[in-house]
Amino acid sequence: MISFEKVTKKFGDITALSDITFSVDKGEFVFLTGSSGAGKTTVIRLILGEYLPTSGEILSDKERIDKIPKKKLYLWRRKVGVVFQDYKLFPDRTIFENVALPLEIQKTSSSEIKSKVEKILDLVGLSQRAGLFPAQLAGGELQRTSLARAVVTGPEILLADEPTGNLDPRTSEEMMRLFKEINERGTTILMATHNCEIVDAVKTRVIEIKEGKIVRDEKEGKYRGEKSKTKS
Amino acid sequence: MFKTLKQHIFRSPYQSLAAIIVVSLSLFVISVFFLIGAGSQRVLQYFEGRPQVTAFLKDEVKPQEIEMIRARVQAKDKVKEVSFVSKEDALKIYREQNKDNPLLLEMVTAKILPASLEISTTDLKSLKAIAEELKEEPMVEDVIFQEDVIVALSSWMQTLRITGLVVAGFLLAVSVLTILVILGMKISQRKDEIEILKLLGATSGYIRGPLYLEGIVYGIVAAVISWVLSFASLLYLSPYIVKFLSGVPLLPVSFLFALETLGGLVCLGVVIGFLGSLFSVSRFLRTIR
Repeated sequence: MISFEKVTKKFGDITALSDITFSVDKGEFVFLTGSSGAGKTTVIRLILGEYLPTSGEILSDKERIDKIPKKKLYLWRRKVGVVFQDYKLFPDRTIFENVALPLEIQKTSSSEIKSKVEKILDLVGLSQRAGLFPAQLAGGELQRTSLARAVVTGPEILLADEPTGNLDPRTSEEMMRLFKEINERGTTILMATHNCEIVDAVKTRVIEIKEGKIVRDEKEGKYRGEKSKTKS
Repeated sequence: MFKTLKQHIFRSPYQSLAAIIVVSLSLFVISVFFLIGAGSQRVLQYFEGRPQVTAFLKDEVKPQEIEMIRARVQAKDKVKEVSFVSKEDALKIYREQNKDNPLLLEMVTAKILPASLEISTTDLKSLKAIAEELKEEPMVEDVIFQEDVIVALSSWMQTLRITGLVVAGFLLAVSVLTILVILGMKISQRKDEIEILKLLGATSGYIRGPLYLEGIVYGIVAAVISWVLSFASLLYLSPYIVKFLSGVPLLPVSFLFALETLGGLVCLGVVIGFLGSLFSVSRFLRTIR
């Protein structure tokens, strides 16, 4: 599905990733762990095409992501859903409108938008909040909105960058239940996190990055290293 | 797209207002120059269309002699038209001009007014030569011509055209820069949103569209404001202009002319708005993938 072949990313003199190679298969749920600054977000941004690798190849099936011209990048991004730590919702749009945005961008018909958004809001338990604005919602609800927006188009792969970073343990658990459900429906998930509780609870593949290098890739890994700080 | 455009404009209304005011003022000054230019052109055409050389004939001139002079003048290069004004015609003109002053009318008869030949030319530069030649005619008493008025008006028109073009060019540049800066500020405020849109798979057109439209809307609104301002000023100044240019049929301007001016200003506004937004959007989008 996604593979990194000897990828190095440098920012000036700083090496964010050094010669990393890994691949994620279709339908997999993979945690990308490591302390802050290890290079997790850089991996996600490279997959999204926001950054170009200094050397190496990034592939989706057989297509070189790093070779997609800027003008065609939107086509690749439509196959990818993203969930951000800080939700990145539009404050002047309602929850419904925020979730509908990727469909609107893809010029989906209004009736289809309505049915898809209602379905996904139902899945994440936000049907009753559809008409509210982000400022009127709690952190967990905002992250569920962000997740709904990421999967409403039915992407092949879902990237999540510290999705539980701003959530308390109970809400994080709830979020993880949703991620698992989405994964069980066939979406490949690559999640960058340093939340040890969720990594240990899900028991799935863990790729650990340390100082820009992959130091561990285990099929059913557990969190190692520094324990994360979660909200209580 | 229109919903996004509305959000963009009203989210920072003072910036939008600043852009509209600056472009309105620029277009107002440009339209004032245009109106003065068009008016001057009309005045010039009026003077050009009137007899530009008048040759007063001696009282003893015979009809055959008049015809001979007329034929000689008509045969000259650059002469457009030669018309004969008899003593009776001259009296009619005099009466028309002084119809409000019976005392002046009583004292004048056709006898004391001279007959004349009125000549219009195709080239203003030839006025003097024609006048000089007419003076040589034995049956011509006196010759007058409007060289000074027309030459002064032509030269004034030329100066106005150059000044107008320079000022318009400068103001257009200022307007484009204003839209560029204000839209640039708005884009910077929305940088995160644009980046999210890109990550959600928005095409470049989806992001650029509302921004281009925003610049164009500023241009159109400013064009309409400047048109209203300039024509309101013209309406207000009309009595003074009519008094100053008595006899020249300049005002009121036709509805079609007003509409054409509006069309021109809107086109100019669209170009200003589009160029301003094009530069600011391209500058920003170059920096993100």
